[in-house]
Amino acid sequence: MQLARVIGEVVATIKDANFTGTKLLVLQPIAVSGEPFGRTLVALDSVGAGVGENVFFVRGREAAFPFYPAEPPTDAAIVGIVDHWDVETLNAAPPKVPQGSDPGASATTRDGAKPKARASGKTDGPPAGR
Amino acid sequence: MILAKIVGTVVATRKDERLVSNKLLIARPMDPHGKAEGSYLVAVDTVDAGFGETVLIVSGSSARMASGMKDCPVDAAIVGIVDTIQVRDAGD
Amino acid sequence: MQIGRVVGTVVSTQKNRKLEGAKLLLVQPMTLDDQPRGAAVLAIDSVGAGVGERVLLVIEGKAAGDALGRKAAAVDAAIIGIIDEVDYRDDV
Repeated sequence: MQLARVIGEVVATIKDANFTGTKLLVLQPIAVSGEPFGRTLVALDSVGAGVGENVFFVRGREAAFPFYPAEPPTDAAIVGIVDHWDVETLNAAPPKVPQGSDPGASATTRDGAKPKARASGKTDGPPAGR
Repeated sequence: MILAKIVGTVVATRKDERLVSNKLLIARPMDPHGKAEGSYLVAVDTVDAGFGETVLIVSGSSARMASGMKDCPVDAAIVGIVDTIQVRDAGD
Repeated sequence: MQIGRVVGTVVSTQKNRKLEGAKLLLVQPMTLDDQPRGAAVLAIDSVGAGVGERVLLVIEGKAAGDALGRKAAAVDAAIIGIIDEVDYRDDV
């Protein structure tokens, strides 16, 4: 699964019948530093995620599983909202800190063997759409 | 899935017989702001999309789950026509 | 499969039902020269790996579901082994 930030929503009235009742969200995959990594994509939401939240998503055939017995023709689905993550960088370069892009993100790097970076996903109240 | 703009069609008289009744469209992937991103692809149309429209395309074996595509040897299918895209930029 | 290094942990309270109780670790795929390759992925841990360890990473849905031991689970990556040693020659 990959980490991503929900950056938008797509509305499509005309679409495959098996999409009925699902929400289409625009995701920007991110690296563990919180910075964008790779291209945006559109994923079906299965957990009630909202714009601005950090989530993780699954790709491939498995993306249809959360909607069983419906079989939406999707190749990406959000399967979890991230509360927070903890990363230890084991190499020399400490992770870059995104400048002001995530209200909850903070990273401290110190001299020494193991700088730790911590980024916080969800900081606001309940997500939109619930 | 990805967002893409329909920029053309492909005609292939001789093709796998399971594809005979389907339109093949040329799609140019784009980012949520409409900027072209990556190379074109040919996708089978399942929602009657037209030239210039912004669509949703599913790839991989999931494309076979699109309406009418069950046993079709396809790896990309158009599964929706986009009305609006709302994006929040990084500065928000 | 790929070689990966476990770089962190993720906490998610609100997630797909089939992931309840599953251990989720952040794994950075590595090249044979021990350099990071691509973005870190979130993988199911089925062997008790710890942060800092080198692991065998599979990125494929069916395999990940088998590693988790649950049918029809929406997962696409799993740690299926902890690596003791890697031996290779690039001059063959």
